Amino acid sequence: MSDWPKIRTVGLSGVLVTFAGEMSEPANRAALAFRAAVDGADWPEVSETSTSLVSTFLEVDLASTSPQDVTERLEELLKSRDWFAAALPAGRTLWQVPTLYGTELAPQLEEAAEVAGVDPDQAIAEISASRVRVLTIGFAPGQPYMGELSDTWNIPRQQGLTKSVPSGALVIAIRQLIVFTNAAPTGWRHIGQTAFRTFRPDAEMPFTLAPGDELTFPAISRAEYEAILAKDTSGLGGATREVLT
Amino acid sequence: MTAHLTITQAGPALSLQDQGRAGYRAQGLTVGGAADRTALFEGAALLGQPATHAVIEMAGSGGSFTSDTDIRIALTGAEMAAKIDGEPLVWGASHRLPAGAKLTIGGARNGSYGYLHVGGGFATPLVMGSRGSHLAGGIGTVLHSGDALPVGPDAAQDVAMTLPKPDRFGGGKIRLVESMQTASFDAETIERFTATSFRRDARANRMGVRMDHDGAGFATGAQLSIVSEVVVPGDIQISGDGAPYVLMYECQTTGGYPRIGSVLPCDLPRVAQAQTGVALTFEFVGMEEAVNLQTRYLAALKSLPSQVTPLVRDPASIRDLLSYQMISGVISAAADPFEQES
Repeated sequence: MSDWPKIRTVGLSGVLVTFAGEMSEPANRAALAFRAAVDGADWPEVSETSTSLVSTFLEVDLASTSPQDVTERLEELLKSRDWFAAALPAGRTLWQVPTLYGTELAPQLEEAAEVAGVDPDQAIAEISASRVRVLTIGFAPGQPYMGELSDTWNIPRQQGLTKSVPSGALVIAIRQLIVFTNAAPTGWRHIGQTAFRTFRPDAEMPFTLAPGDELTFPAISRAEYEAILAKDTSGLGGATREVLT
Repeated sequence: MTAHLTITQAGPALSLQDQGRAGYRAQGLTVGGAADRTALFEGAALLGQPATHAVIEMAGSGGSFTSDTDIRIALTGAEMAAKIDGEPLVWGASHRLPAGAKLTIGGARNGSYGYLHVGGGFATPLVMGSRGSHLAGGIGTVLHSGDALPVGPDAAQDVAMTLPKPDRFGGGKIRLVESMQTASFDAETIERFTATSFRRDARANRMGVRMDHDGAGFATGAQLSIVSEVVVPGDIQISGDGAPYVLMYECQTTGGYPRIGSVLPCDLPRVAQAQTGVALTFEFVGMEEAVNLQTRYLAALKSLPSQVTPLVRDPASIRDLLSYQMISGVISAAADPFEQES
């Protein structure tokens, strides 16, 4: 009998359904599909839902709703289908985000390549050709955790923290990429720089990405990067998009 | 004409706050809003208006302010020395601020966050449903000297009203419930955690409050391999150095550090208001007791408007206090105090 999925309470704030003990593609798809099903069920006591890598969270005021009631309903829903076999959400977007690799704007490319055991040119060639999926949005507004890269990139976080990487920084660790929303400290290595804004509070659609979206990070030159900075006013940093079906 | 409150001199950490913007956790944005939610309800009760209005949160110290028309103000949260044109004001009360008069608010004496409320609330544009600055999330900024904040239309007139003195500034026992990762700590660690007297560290902001203590740090066997999970305000996260952080309303939405438990929402204002060095201890309560405590807290917030009394009278000298109609019925005692206005 598997330990997963697990249903647990989160303080008085809600209930968490976790599909696995570590990151995996099927568990990530299960979490996304289960969240969509909970949203579809439209239970009045659920005020909002979210996913992290392998789990779905339901915000429920447990001071006014019994956790047992919510748990029973969730158990019913869990039994209704094989969530690990679920398809990805509908209405996804493929983004191509121009990225300047290395230089003083992204100073840890060489270090990341060395840890991964490849030379820097090979690192750029591999990462710029990789297509990754938004596994979850979190930590900062609109900030994507994207994966999974090939096993070459199963590199650990660095020991110390980088004091600050800028907004738009592309960082790498544990087969995943992140584009930073705001300047922030990080233990991940800064390998590329984009002008792609994942959160634009004044825009009609403040959050650029959604879980399930896919991205590539094609390499551009310093001159091309400067040109994008000079002319782009959308905050999308020269990114192009197409609808995935 | 719209009234404006101008900040003639801003303290280092003033920001506009309300009950935050819910509904964006999936997009990586936590609710944010006032660090001490109780103060929002006290200010609303003193001014006879909804608790959804935006207020100025003052972390550590205030500043000076002037209004271009007569407005009403109320002062709540951490007590700070306040004056209008040099005349001392009672904290925890409502006052009239005449046009052109200079309101000065000093440093916090007994807590961390003071609040300046205005009659009608601040009428800045809503951003994604809230007027609050989410500093960590990149929405809004701290307030600066020279900022002129529009004040909304004020529907009431009463001033010189007060509330019983709040008691949430001295730390003490903070109650928590087990949460999703509590079981990954062994019984000995949990026991030591609840037996430890912590001190509120100077490292504290709207995202979280670090707790300092003597002795070894706290850890789980699985400390470094826990998959990132949802984070909610109140979670006590054990960071890499073994120190607990109580996460506040501006915390991140997900995190990989294990959480030993979750502070009851009703006790979170006491964590926010504890001054640097103040002693705090943590006690686990069962879900049933947690629900009772939180329900009682919400009922107390609802009853605040009925506890407002005129400033000049000593409530102890009034025999049948409850028979007095103290304020007009802007707030229904039956209304849900957490319901957002649209």
